[in-house]
Amino acid sequence: MSESEPQSIRRQPSRRGTELLLLICAWALGVLGTLQIGWSTGEGTPSRLWVTVGVVGALALVMHLVVHWKAKYADPILLPVATLLTILGLVMIYRIDVAAAQRAERNSAPQPTPDVYAQLTWFAIAVVLFVAVLILVKDHRRLQRYTYSFGLLGLILLILPLAPIIGTTVNGATLWVRVGGLSFQPAEAAKILLTLFFAGYLVVKRDSLALVRTKFLGLGFPQLRDLGPLVIAWVVSLGMLVFERDLGTSLLFFGLFITMLYIATQRRSWLIIGSLFFAVGAYLAYQLFEHVRNRVTVWLDPWAYADTTGYQIVQSLYGFANGGIMGAGLGQGFPTFVPFANTDFIVAAIGEELGLTGMFALLLLYAVLIERGLRTAVSVRDSFGQLLAAGLAITLALQVFVIIGGVTRLIPLTGLTTPFLSYGGSSLVANWVIIALLIRISDRARRPEVQQFDADDALTQVVRRV
Amino acid sequence: MMSRQIRLIGGVLALLLVALLVNITVIQVVLARDYRERPGNQRILLAEYDRERGPILVGANPVAKSVETGNTLRYLRTYDDGPLYAPITGFYSLIYGATGLERTENRVLTGKSDLFFVDRMSQLFAGRQPVGGAVTTTIDAAAQVAAFKGLKGKVGAVVAIEPATGRILASAQSPSFDPNLLTSQVPETIRAYYEELKADPAKPLLNRPIVALNPPGSTFKLVTAAAALASGLYTPDSILSGPASYRLPLSTSELQNWNRKECGPDGKVTLEQALAISCNTAFAWLGVQLGDEALRRQAQLMGFDTSFQIPLKAATSRFPAELDAPQTALSAIGQFDVRATALQMAMVGAAIGNNGVTMVPYLVQEVRGPDLAILQTTEPTKFEAAMTPLNAAQLTEMMVNVVANGTGSNAQITGVQVAGKTGTAETDNERPAVAWFVAFAPAQAPQVAVAVVIEESGATEISGNGLAAPIAREVIKAVLR
Repeated sequence: MSESEPQSIRRQPSRRGTELLLLICAWALGVLGTLQIGWSTGEGTPSRLWVTVGVVGALALVMHLVVHWKAKYADPILLPVATLLTILGLVMIYRIDVAAAQRAERNSAPQPTPDVYAQLTWFAIAVVLFVAVLILVKDHRRLQRYTYSFGLLGLILLILPLAPIIGTTVNGATLWVRVGGLSFQPAEAAKILLTLFFAGYLVVKRDSLALVRTKFLGLGFPQLRDLGPLVIAWVVSLGMLVFERDLGTSLLFFGLFITMLYIATQRRSWLIIGSLFFAVGAYLAYQLFEHVRNRVTVWLDPWAYADTTGYQIVQSLYGFANGGIMGAGLGQGFPTFVPFANTDFIVAAIGEELGLTGMFALLLLYAVLIERGLRTAVSVRDSFGQLLAAGLAITLALQVFVIIGGVTRLIPLTGLTTPFLSYGGSSLVANWVIIALLIRISDRARRPEVQQFDADDALTQVVRRV
Repeated sequence: MMSRQIRLIGGVLALLLVALLVNITVIQVVLARDYRERPGNQRILLAEYDRERGPILVGANPVAKSVETGNTLRYLRTYDDGPLYAPITGFYSLIYGATGLERTENRVLTGKSDLFFVDRMSQLFAGRQPVGGAVTTTIDAAAQVAAFKGLKGKVGAVVAIEPATGRILASAQSPSFDPNLLTSQVPETIRAYYEELKADPAKPLLNRPIVALNPPGSTFKLVTAAAALASGLYTPDSILSGPASYRLPLSTSELQNWNRKECGPDGKVTLEQALAISCNTAFAWLGVQLGDEALRRQAQLMGFDTSFQIPLKAATSRFPAELDAPQTALSAIGQFDVRATALQMAMVGAAIGNNGVTMVPYLVQEVRGPDLAILQTTEPTKFEAAMTPLNAAQLTEMMVNVVANGTGSNAQITGVQVAGKTGTAETDNERPAVAWFVAFAPAQAPQVAVAVVIEESGATEISGNGLAAPIAREVIKAVLR
């Protein structure tokens, strides 16, 4: 293995300058976008513009400095891309605020509360957690010690919405927990905790899970006993579907678990078994649950339900069509036509106002983010770090695919937030924690060789050579 | 190591990304048009209602304009005197699309025309919607009103042209429709009204003045007379054969005069007199003498067989190809397969009045920017020299005689010399005969040429002089006033 070979001391550039430059570009794009919305909607320069963009700039700068201080060799692309996505989200939420306010004014209805300030506050909280993760987690490998605690906590969080009093059902899905005036979606935190759990668990168990006992159709299959964890993940996912009606998260967890299992064991048979489980689960869900059947029916022919259950997706498609190649222009579409424009359907607003061009740019931003995550996974030296980084990147990827695919009618619509863009605190904070973890791992991956000869490293290396 | 597996998952994720990209491209590029045009899509409706569309002007008066509504649909397209100007403005419906100038001048009215390049650049930077430009028509409001009033209760059309330029002064029809009801903000109202219009057998949505083709009947004798003069073999005083009944060459059919009498003593009549009393047998005989080729050429010089875009697309008036002798005889009196629009027959009158020069007809005078600066003016264009000035003057004299002493007496105006020609045409089917009148005035320096066609009137006595000439007279009076 390459890392055990002695290497000459290289000077690895930290690339923090690149990061700062990209952050400034992201910030400037946000300022321009906000100004354009103000001008094109006839609102003029937004009030409190400089306070808002000042706060965003300061938050980005804080993150940059903390990365410089605590994770000097971290990947320089992760932070700017996540920041740009967050800023784009803020800009679109502001845009939808303006549209909602104008609509209320025209209908002589009371003015709605703008969401952008709340989202900005959540961004600040996300930055606090980002900083906390980088300061508290000096080395991601220490997280492996808490594998089962994370797993338990993750499961508890998943069932929390079902708890009496604090659990809340919104729009048919029981996803929320309300304590006092605050509500949050525990599933967002659970997805990180469970990724941590899967990574820690699979690193330890992968050898037995990879053991081939029977061959069938040319593929090696594991022992029946080792199917246990898979069955549990499957049951939990189905349970979420049944009791919380959260199709999206259910899909996300199961997909995440299967891919991580495959990566850890390096056995393709897990992918096949997993797919079979998925197929059976999907079939059962379709047969047993009306809300799942509804989603599929609407997906197949939304036009037939354009005024009822298909209204959202049809409006979303109209939005995309209205955008065309170049988009209607920021501030010139009708984002409020799509219900939940600033959460699940924020991508429809982007597709309408920024067009296909904007959608390509957006999807490529996600692609870059995920690619940097996977690159981190490939280049970090310890197996736990590899699995964790890959799992976090896959979480992001699956979430992006499930929600954007749903909104654009590539797959049936399942409710999920769009990472970094959607209005909603739990999701924003959780995704920033993912970025913090990836930055932490990438710092380890890119750090010059010479600094790695500390006791912890040496130990890992010995373990791995065994 | 697990790198290989991670790379493979990365590859799978890349495929998912490609699927998303392809899918979104299909939606925003390929399917976008279909989605935009779906009846339930309010966005396009709102997008259109959200921007101020430029006005269509008659003189300085906007006959189609966007007014602010103060509700969700910000602007409403309204038409003052909708039915009056409907054949010109057309309608602008978000369900049924646009017609008329609303359609042909859409890029100007929405401000997207290249004429607005400078404005658009500044709007681009400000991120604002383009503001529409204004279209000024050539229409003379008084003439349009006179034409519309005259047509009331009938089925027919009127076109008036300024002979020297080709400017269309009036283009009216009956029945008409109210474009306001097709631009209302209630889709149900729009649909109900449109279905009603479509079901109406009188076809109010048809742009009758420029699209309805009818046999021109005796008004086509102007073309035959012009061809006769052009041949050099005839003068207004030439003697023609004008019996009470004319046996068509090579056939047993008999063609009769409308009063079943000889056109003159011993069946002889001058060309001038034949036109004045609209002698069918003499013109049928004359047509055969001249041959179909000469008639066709004369008709084409006056605009037949050419498709005009004014910029509304007018139907092509036809003089049929390859005629045998009996068909030529019938075509010479505007029957058989000869078909003309009111616009075409107005052009025939205008060409005679304009010293024999046919002008290209047009409806748009100017295009103005949002700041009302003139960006484009239509210049009159010569179509063809259809007659020599001398022949045109002789034919004019003959037409003056038609009104003063002949069949067109109802077009007489005190103190104004009116040149005109009546027509009554049999149609192929069981519809009543079509009454025509083509005229221009003042005869020596005409300011207006007008064609009136009445397809149905409910009258038992159908004649060009009785039904069409009074309308032509009122239009001429309106222009000359």
